[in-house]
Amino acid sequence: MTDQISLGMPQLPAPEYPADVRARLEEDARAIIDRYPGSRSALLPMLHLVQSEEGHVTRTGMQFCADMLGLTTAEVTAVATFYTMYRRKPSGDYQVGVCTNTLCAVMGGDAIFEELKQHLGVGNDETTADGKITLEHIECNAACDFAPVVMVNWEFFDNQTPESAKKMVDDLRAGRTVEPTRGAPLCTFKETARILAGFPDERPGAVEATGGAGPASLVGLRLAKGEKPHHRIVHPRGETSGQEGEE
Amino acid sequence: MTLAAEINNSSPEKLLAPVLSAFWDQPDSWTLETYERHEGYRGLRKALAMSPDDLIAYVKESGLRGRGGAGFPTGMKWQFIPQGDGKPHYLVVNADESEPGTCKDIPLLFANPHSLIEGIVIACYAIRSNHAFIYLRGEVVPVLRRLHEAVREAYAAGYLGTNVLGSGLDLELTVHAGAGAYICGEETALLDSLEGRRGQPRLRPPFPAVAGLYACPTVVNNVESIASVPAILNRGKDWFTSMGTEKSPGFTLYSLSGHVASPGQYEAPLGITLRQLLDMSGGMRPGHRLKFWTPGGSSTPMFTDEHLDVPLDYEGVGAAGSMLGTKALQCFDETTCVVRAVTRWTEFYAHESCGKCTPCREGTYWLVQLLRDIEAGKGAMSDLDKLNDIADNINGKSFCALGDGAASPIFSSLKYFREEYEQHITGRGCPFDPAKSTAWADNHKEVTA
Repeated sequence: MTDQISLGMPQLPAPEYPADVRARLEEDARAIIDRYPGSRSALLPMLHLVQSEEGHVTRTGMQFCADMLGLTTAEVTAVATFYTMYRRKPSGDYQVGVCTNTLCAVMGGDAIFEELKQHLGVGNDETTADGKITLEHIECNAACDFAPVVMVNWEFFDNQTPESAKKMVDDLRAGRTVEPTRGAPLCTFKETARILAGFPDERPGAVEATGGAGPASLVGLRLAKGEKPHHRIVHPRGETSGQEGEE
Repeated sequence: MTLAAEINNSSPEKLLAPVLSAFWDQPDSWTLETYERHEGYRGLRKALAMSPDDLIAYVKESGLRGRGGAGFPTGMKWQFIPQGDGKPHYLVVNADESEPGTCKDIPLLFANPHSLIEGIVIACYAIRSNHAFIYLRGEVVPVLRRLHEAVREAYAAGYLGTNVLGSGLDLELTVHAGAGAYICGEETALLDSLEGRRGQPRLRPPFPAVAGLYACPTVVNNVESIASVPAILNRGKDWFTSMGTEKSPGFTLYSLSGHVASPGQYEAPLGITLRQLLDMSGGMRPGHRLKFWTPGGSSTPMFTDEHLDVPLDYEGVGAAGSMLGTKALQCFDETTCVVRAVTRWTEFYAHESCGKCTPCREGTYWLVQLLRDIEAGKGAMSDLDKLNDIADNINGKSFCALGDGAASPIFSSLKYFREEYEQHITGRGCPFDPAKSTAWADNHKEVTA
């Protein structure tokens, strides 16, 4: 749960970013700071920004945030360690998060997580040797009507099964393009972190990818319009996908 | 019984009332063009023709209540903002939807982000704010993309920026992505987080209306609350109050999930019952029956099949011993172990406790230890009273509602399913097979109810 406690010598100051990287990040940081009446509000987006540079929040990144905002590194560290989306060690290009909060867990999230651990040979918050995938279990991601849900780099993979999840991670490791159920074709974790820092995704088609509301979001609307309810459940949802609410 | 229960008609056309979700099935529903084609930004024009004070009064008279869980009247929140105080005022939209089971704001923002932006402009005009923020949980990048795009479109069309529609209102809107912390859904923790700090709740008073963001008067509203405002302005408060009940007027999004035949979003007048929603949507999955459910997320005390006819409005659910919360109707059938469900929720609360206050930080930790033992068949009968006792020491004695929420599943599950806890203890293990409750459990066999 916690990192091993080390009682060694205090660490030396974090190394600086190379000058060109720092210049580029400073420009981005100033754009973030400009969004807010108080500069400290920029800290969370800036931690996403430094994560987009190195894939996790390093001491260099935290020092950079502290310098830009006039904070101490202790203040920045306190914030960076509070929020679960900031990674504190080198991790994979694709963060695969299996929802194991109660509803998804019961609906199959626990089974998916167990199978992925076996399949990838890693435990929770561990990365495959090829550096592609970091597996973790996540909390409720506000898609319970699409349970069980898996998030990859925070894009939605709805109505998953152990088989669909295993195929998805195999495709990611093989370098094939993987598209979520709702969201844009996957980019790397670093690229995702940049969007989270508040810089819009410039890829053509990214905003409109996968269209409007997902099938479950439309169930009530379709009933209200007089379409017949489904008196039988369509199994497996997601596998032969699309039937639900689509006729 | 309420009117809704008397009708007892399972016709979805009569029982449902899609407003926010009305055009989610249209092509490019998230764009400004589609939104304007469906009467988008008309409510704003009507609002700008009123004085800000009249606008606040109008929203107050509509009876709109907060859709984020607490049900506080939205117009009243706006009215609390002191006027002429010389300080900047802020509107902060709480889009940190993280309550387990809750899944309404995320699909709303994915399919129809402009309804929120229009509501924001109206609210800022009313409370005299020139800068609004959307605090979106970070873990939903597809929604973040659409918000970025919708805000860009709104600036380009003159709905945001300087002199909005010639009204004299200048308004900046900032989309802010969080970084993964359930506690930031609590409004004062959200404000601390938005100020670049650890998300920990503040002592109140002062309330955000007096000293909120940057210690300035601030309104914090849920996404669905703000997104409901444009329709009220456009179609009128009488239209709004014609739906729902006297004390809980209007429409809202109900999110059906779990072991039901048709999980999804159902927009209906307040006061509909779970029985009506299940009747119209195919019920539970074939061959299974409802065992327990939450009316509004895991923090609201659970219900059983005895509560199918409880009107799902603020008063109705409250009278039955729970809370309407976020209308997250998580339904579990008889294959589900209630001890497993409660243990997992409790692990969530322990993980998400911010650590600021002792009852919650320590209490949730010990609840998890006891529950894990009980689930694994290593518990003692005295543990059940201990669970109740610890939950009682958290409930009402914590800094914020996270502690109360953690106690809810404990109290309610012990109330309705104490025997099942005892079974785990006397039987030295869990009597349930988790494989039977998965979404694919019934794939390869005939169901013989």
